[in-house]
Amino acid sequence: MENGRRYFLKLAGISVLGLGTKPVLNAFASSEEGKVHEAEIQNNPEALDAKRWAMVIDTRKFESEEDLKPLIDACNKIHNIPKLTNKNHEIKWIWIDEFKHVFTNMDHEFVDDRVKNLPFLVLCNHCEKPACVRACPTKATFKRDDGIVLMDFHRCIGCRFCMAACPYGSRSFNFRDPRSFIEEINPDFPTRMRGVVEKCNFCAERLAVGKMPACVEASNGALAFGDLYDPDSEVRELLKNNYTIRRKSELGAGPSIYYIV
Amino acid sequence: MLELVTKGGKKYWGLIIGLLVVMGIAFGFWLWQLSFGLGITGMSRDVSWGFYIAQFTFLVGVAAGGVMVVLPYYFHDYKAFGRITILGEFLAIAAVVMCLLFIIADLGQPLRALNVILYPTPGSVLFWDMIVLNGYLLLNLIVGWNVLEAERNNVKYAPWVKTLAIVSIIWAPLIHTVTAYLYCGLPGRGFWLTAILAPRFLASAFAAGPAFLILLCLIIRKVTKFDPGREQIQSLAKIVSYAIIINLFFFLCEVFVVFYSRIPSHMDHIKYLFVGLHGHTALVPWMWSSIALMVTAIVLLVIPTTRKNEAVLAVACVAVFIGTWIDKGMGMISGGFVPNPMHHVTEYMPTIPELIITLGIYATGFLVLTLLFKIAVSVKEEVSGL
Repeated sequence: MENGRRYFLKLAGISVLGLGTKPVLNAFASSEEGKVHEAEIQNNPEALDAKRWAMVIDTRKFESEEDLKPLIDACNKIHNIPKLTNKNHEIKWIWIDEFKHVFTNMDHEFVDDRVKNLPFLVLCNHCEKPACVRACPTKATFKRDDGIVLMDFHRCIGCRFCMAACPYGSRSFNFRDPRSFIEEINPDFPTRMRGVVEKCNFCAERLAVGKMPACVEASNGALAFGDLYDPDSEVRELLKNNYTIRRKSELGAGPSIYYIV
Repeated sequence: MLELVTKGGKKYWGLIIGLLVVMGIAFGFWLWQLSFGLGITGMSRDVSWGFYIAQFTFLVGVAAGGVMVVLPYYFHDYKAFGRITILGEFLAIAAVVMCLLFIIADLGQPLRALNVILYPTPGSVLFWDMIVLNGYLLLNLIVGWNVLEAERNNVKYAPWVKTLAIVSIIWAPLIHTVTAYLYCGLPGRGFWLTAILAPRFLASAFAAGPAFLILLCLIIRKVTKFDPGREQIQSLAKIVSYAIIINLFFFLCEVFVVFYSRIPSHMDHIKYLFVGLHGHTALVPWMWSSIALMVTAIVLLVIPTTRKNEAVLAVACVAVFIGTWIDKGMGMISGGFVPNPMHHVTEYMPTIPELIITLGIYATGFLVLTLLFKIAVSVKEEVSGL
């Protein structure tokens, strides 16, 4: 009897172990066997497409925080960004900061007054080699073929490894339920729940229906958005004719946001 | 052997009930955290990991440190440690249990934790950390249990047990190396971005783990009939001495590189911890206490007369344990987040609910440790006919 019980427990243990490792092994296996026919997703013919989306911010066209407020408000409104009063719990997709904080490695004592006092826009850089994507243990944050780094709010386990990995401080965590802090809920975009990370999504939901990102649309031409690999795009035109800088380019992450100073 | 946990005196049951009460209270606070969110902790957008992850990091070290009593026995045939390898293995089990609980406590969506297995991502260090920690837990359970059972039955353990024991010895440094890799591979955090981080973690682990074991041995000798042995304790003390010296040496290597090169993004974090940054000095007294404790411990451990005095040795071990705990459990994690990547200073201090949940997890670990040590010591007493 003793042996029978032990044998059963051993067998059960080994079986559980086997079942548990299957998805792990699947990740490493690259066989064709498991492939099932997947339904095809038809693209919206209106959708905007690019090899790699990028943004050029012409800071010469801004003077004060007032000029930037409409851009930020447009984003906050569309994306159901809560307005939390506790600074520790803030959710920020696009916001402003000073030159010395945005370009920590380029600041010096004698920076001219215009740059020193100019508010700079900050948002997710949608890096070519995103450290956050590499760190995420569940692929809840991932990079699309068009270069946009996205979040799956339903898969995120809230480990915040991506926040530690991001060298730009672009990510926010829902330390509490954000819903009661949203001024007016936009039913066309999901609200988030507590315990997940979020950040700027380059308005992927708008590109999918042929619209430019909300901040670009509200910028009166100060922000350009387009395909980095299309030589005729507006962003390429601006990059060709202006000297541009990127945040912490020495880290090699390859940010997609370019600043004309 | 499991039945041995039910045979204990008044003090034993008092301890068990006490730990259960702490666990119960903490569980209530955790339910609150579950419903409100991590907003009840002191963590913030800038300091996005806090006390939980810091305790996790420290305890991975304690778990790995247990190997310092197992390795000499299996690799160098150092027979004296044969008496106490089980204590190292069971300490490792309790420590890993706490590590896993701290990870769960830190998750924003703990009910989705299995996504790590459902969507395995070998590119993420956290995926590997899950594998090495659970593997180490399993190895120690199997090896510890089988060796102890063999001892109880007066037979030699099976050869496959020795094979697994050797695997677990090699596995031990891995768990702390992978844990260090969680931090040191991140591009924007100058404090962690150093190749010395994993070696430093290991050195402090091999000091804290055995120091704690010495304290446990002294307690066991006092409250049970089993004596872990004077030679065993002295050998462990020598291991602690070397490890704590190497730990401090590695730290000084880091300080030299950072301050001789004068790269601001690397200097700022150490400045914040030891002298304060832009007037923010919350951790300064803690960090200097940590250094003072470690230096005191080194003095007491290096001088043979003080090391051989078990009362002084106990003091030195407490100093090592608290010193390394402050270093890892307080400075190591929030130090990496202050200043943040945009060079803003947001300080971090754990909140009361956060501390209570932490205490609850420690109580759970101590409950596991008490039960396992109760089994081990009962078997030892039984075998030697005490």
